[in-house]
Amino acid sequence: MTVIANTLIIITILVGLIFTVVTVIGVIRLPDVYTRAHAASKSATLGVLSILVGVFFHFWLNEGHFSVKILLGILFLFITAPIGGHLMSRAAYVSGVKPTELTVGDDLAEVVEQAKKEQANKK
Amino acid sequence: MKANDVILQTATKVVAFIIFLFSVHIFFAGHFAPGGGFVGGLLTTAAIVLLLLAFDLKTVQKALPFDFMIVVAIGLLLALGTAAGSILFDVPFFTHAFDDFALPLFGVSSLHTAMIFDAGVYLVVVGSTITMIQAIGGDS
Repeated sequence: MTVIANTLIIITILVGLIFTVVTVIGVIRLPDVYTRAHAASKSATLGVLSILVGVFFHFWLNEGHFSVKILLGILFLFITAPIGGHLMSRAAYVSGVKPTELTVGDDLAEVVEQAKKEQANKK
Repeated sequence: MKANDVILQTATKVVAFIIFLFSVHIFFAGHFAPGGGFVGGLLTTAAIVLLLLAFDLKTVQKALPFDFMIVVAIGLLLALGTAAGSILFDVPFFTHAFDDFALPLFGVSSLHTAMIFDAGVYLVVVGSTITMIQAIGGDS
């Protein structure tokens, strides 16, 4: 039983660690804000989530303590981390950060352009 | 340009409640686990600040129609009241008392007057931080 529990814990924490390292590599190597936000918000969330799941299983199966706090933390992170990424990329786009040269299409550009024009007309 | 923050506002409606519940948990766990009035108060402040970020100052004032200066006053009164209550029983100032009570829903629980002092700390922290933030964020 302990062997199975420990294997489960080690696998989840290792997966979390690998995803966190992948996040760091992505943030360093990707060309612009949006691709970096993509790397940082997705894989960091999954990495931290699996580390938390590993910690939860450790305390539950080895120490006999069912920690609701960690489950709440997982839920909280799962809701908030992607929204943080969304808000940061949106703020970057609205303040005029250009995406990388490799970008093929940019559908948001006309919408933002139109909104800016409307605001200028109001003034 | 007109801000389109549907995602932020929808998420805030859920997340603020989670933060607030966690702050209540931290506040009540203070006697036996890390936490207490100060951290609980700061977490409640964090929930209100999140509401302030997602909505505007007037909406939040409408949703929470408290004068936070008065909240500070109530908190100080609670803290001083528990400290002064010990004088009535002819024991030194700030002596706390506790006893076990059989409550209808919670079963036998140990109630301690330090909790009331902690509630005072909680109210002072929430009141003073929100007063500061509202004073800095507001126009007048």
